[in-house]
Amino acid sequence: MNTQDFSLSRRTLLQTTGALVIAFNAGGVGTALAQAAGAVKPPLHPTEMDSWIAIAPDGSVTIFFGKIDGGQGTDVAIAQIVAEEMDISVSRINVIMGDTALTCNQGGASGSTGVAQGGAALRQAGAEARRMLVERAAIAWGVAPERLSVNDGVITIAGDPRSMTCAALIGGKYFNDKIAWNNQYGNALGLTAKAKPKTPDQYRVVGTSAPRADVRGKVFAYRPYVTDIKVEGMLHGRMIRPENASSVPVAVDEASIRHIPGAQVVHKNDFLGVVAPKEWDAIRAARDLKVTWSAPVDVFPGDAGIYDHLRASTVTKRQVTTDKGAVEAAFAGAARIVEAEYEWPYQSHASMAGGCAIADVRGDRATVWTGTQKPHYAAEGAAAILKLPLENVHGIWVQGPGSYGRNDAGDALMDACVLSQTLGRPVRVQYMRHEGTGWDPKGPPSVHKARAALDAAGNMIALEFTSRGMSRNDTDTNESEPKDTLAGQLLGMTGERLVNFGSPEGAYEFPVARIAWETVPTLLAKASPLRTTHLRDPIGPQVHFGSESFMDEVAEAAGVDPIEFRLKFITRPRDVAALKAVAEKAGWKPGPAGTRRGRRGDIVTGQGVAYASRGGTIVAMIAEVEVNMRTGQVYARKFTVAQDCGLVINPGTMRTVIEGNVVQGLSRTLHEEVKFDRRGVKSVDWLTYPILDITEAPETVDIVLLDHPEIPPTGAGEATIRILAAAVSNAVFEATGKRIRRGPLTPERVRGALA
Amino acid sequence: MPRYTLQVDGRAEQVDADADMPLLYALRDNLGLHNPHFGCGLAQCGACTVHLDGEPTRSCVTPMGAVGTRQVTTLAGLGTEEKPHPVQAAYVEEAVPQCGYCINGWIMTAAAFLKKTPKPTDAEIREAMTGLKCRCGTHMAILRAIKRAAAMG
Ligand code: FES
Ligand code: FES
Repeated sequence: MNTQDFSLSRRTLLQTTGALVIAFNAGGVGTALAQAAGAVKPPLHPTEMDSWIAIAPDGSVTIFFGKIDGGQGTDVAIAQIVAEEMDISVSRINVIMGDTALTCNQGGASGSTGVAQGGAALRQAGAEARRMLVERAAIAWGVAPERLSVNDGVITIAGDPRSMTCAALIGGKYFNDKIAWNNQYGNALGLTAKAKPKTPDQYRVVGTSAPRADVRGKVFAYRPYVTDIKVEGMLHGRMIRPENASSVPVAVDEASIRHIPGAQVVHKNDFLGVVAPKEWDAIRAARDLKVTWSAPVDVFPGDAGIYDHLRASTVTKRQVTTDKGAVEAAFAGAARIVEAEYEWPYQSHASMAGGCAIADVRGDRATVWTGTQKPHYAAEGAAAILKLPLENVHGIWVQGPGSYGRNDAGDALMDACVLSQTLGRPVRVQYMRHEGTGWDPKGPPSVHKARAALDAAGNMIALEFTSRGMSRNDTDTNESEPKDTLAGQLLGMTGERLVNFGSPEGAYEFPVARIAWETVPTLLAKASPLRTTHLRDPIGPQVHFGSESFMDEVAEAAGVDPIEFRLKFITRPRDVAALKAVAEKAGWKPGPAGTRRGRRGDIVTGQGVAYASRGGTIVAMIAEVEVNMRTGQVYARKFTVAQDCGLVINPGTMRTVIEGNVVQGLSRTLHEEVKFDRRGVKSVDWLTYPILDITEAPETVDIVLLDHPEIPPTGAGEATIRILAAAVSNAVFEATGKRIRRGPLTPERVRGALA
Repeated sequence: MPRYTLQVDGRAEQVDADADMPLLYALRDNLGLHNPHFGCGLAQCGACTVHLDGEPTRSCVTPMGAVGTRQVTTLAGLGTEEKPHPVQAAYVEEAVPQCGYCINGWIMTAAAFLKKTPKPTDAEIREAMTGLKCRCGTHMAILRAIKRAAAMG
């Protein structure tokens, strides 16, 4: 069965279920269009209404969404938003995502902007579609548009028996009409309707827990993953990576894989891969290929030495994000100074499988299938590495193993492109486990230096907080340039790298404070397994592990309840409300450190709080932990989360997204640290890069959604994870009286602190 | 190259393969099935789990030569939309999967576990599922779904 057939039969099947449909478009453009034959679709451009919404003859509505959803329910939220504006049932809506021939570049899944920005654009498109339909009906009937109303796709006239369906009006035809846009592709793409979108008091669909569209296809195993895409004549590719990060291939013994049917080597500059018609043969070829590597060089300080390395390195960029009041004077006059330093390791995306992509390069055209979060940018990257015009490259997003930022999906795509173009055959690349953990771009390691000045009464009169780490986007997250991928770098492509880090986010109003971040040079410039990039809530967990642990340390020094201490510096009512809501829900017993401590034999218990905001979303959390004083094992029994992200589109998916953040955050807090020695990465599988086991999953995640329908939504994909490490670490302190300032909080580390 | 006859989801399928090729590649590559998935190839994650005569088995490390006449059941063969297995029905109710790439391990293991332990405690469920990976962190929903499936009987 080829993919086109698969895609068609899949769509037919799904549509007959009447559920919200995600069309996969694995087979290409034609399969996705419900429009009448003969009519010419206006070119794909943000100003064309037809680039956003199509109404089929059966009245179903297709939305062309330029982001993607990897199972967090963004697509359902988009469908709800458009359903609301168009006055059509959400069950009639299909969402097509991430196909570069069918959708405008809205930036892909990025920075929790799916609903906040992607949804804002589609809200305008939905409102405008309704306006256009009503206007056309009004003209057809010769009545004033104000007299018309729409109810689940049926247009009626007040005090008049006539009615017309939207399907009859435009079904199968194009709008051929324009909508204004802000001339910006990517996350910022904005549309402006002539119509006025609804006000929150009119919402009926928004705010309900409409079911997700992707669940059944996943549960009943008929929804294809990118790993399932097959193209006629496709070869299976595997990449060959050195054991030592600095090594490059100097000699390749092609005879060593001659016994494997159809196996071939592709060796260009330092790029080295193998292909074979059968997948198992490609794996064997990768295993058996004899390669002579250049002599290894010590390029890394080793995981134990990374923090001293960060401290000792020259600063490449420093940015002061807050500079308020006379900081030095406050410290000089302080009655007491509290100081601490926090450390956070490299962490891996460690997606459920290594990256996978299929490239079919034929002459000057290419089709690529990718699981990346940013298919439009990835297609640009493919065009660049293939040296083809962008319009000749068709990028198709298909669900991949989950990704949480810039994982290795984009690297796999570039590898597939190079292999396919070299061999003139379609090639599927699937990274093995050791690549998925060992060679993905990593979340950056960091150290955070904090000090606070207290007056004689114990008031915090000044704060200084400096983060120092590897750049958060040394590997740019867009995948639009080969220089940001392993293949590009191995082929010798270089270019400017981005240098950024960041500071804590929250509504704290410190009267006197200096908050800054600094970056240091990356360790190995070319094709490094320790490249740094965005991993879910880029730099959020590490920065707030520092800043929110430190708030607790200062509260403790001042002898004040940690929530009360935080509230001294917060006046914004929504932030205050979140902290109060979480305290109430969790049964927080007010009082200084030690108030919420318990003990049963070897087990001590404690509660810890943390708070932050993220792009307008406010989150407060209380973690309840048990620590085994003998083994050092931390069990986080319960989390209470209060989250305010403005208008909640779909409370059901919002809750599961928060739960996923909690579990993944707990995994990063208790277990995750990329191990490496002076020459290479040693975390290469689930034993050497353990993640949270189900036996360690919390018993309860209590969620308080502080819904503010009057405030535009601000995104929920990442806010929760940023404060989890601090909440847990503060709870561990409460339970044990010991402060652990280096993540992750492994049993060995906790035992060490207790000893 | 030996020829094997595999019983997959109630069908007999011919596969030409070396005896040491893992079953996973026969299912995915030779037979073109869209499940199970490759996650690690090391028996560490569960993404490749199928039933062999009802026993959850990691197909990524099960050589073709060791399958024999045992019945292979994949997630697609466990139940369908029309006739879902209780664990699948519960998975839909709880909207468990995020990316869903881990799903074979959890559902196939839970289905076999509930057959042996129809009324499990929370601790028994966790113990039975230990070692399976879900990188998206859907564990809370997984636990709810398995309890719901147990309640369905
Ligand atoms: S792929 Fe078989 S256990 Fe991971
Ligand atoms: S849902 Fe993504 S790995 Fe489990």
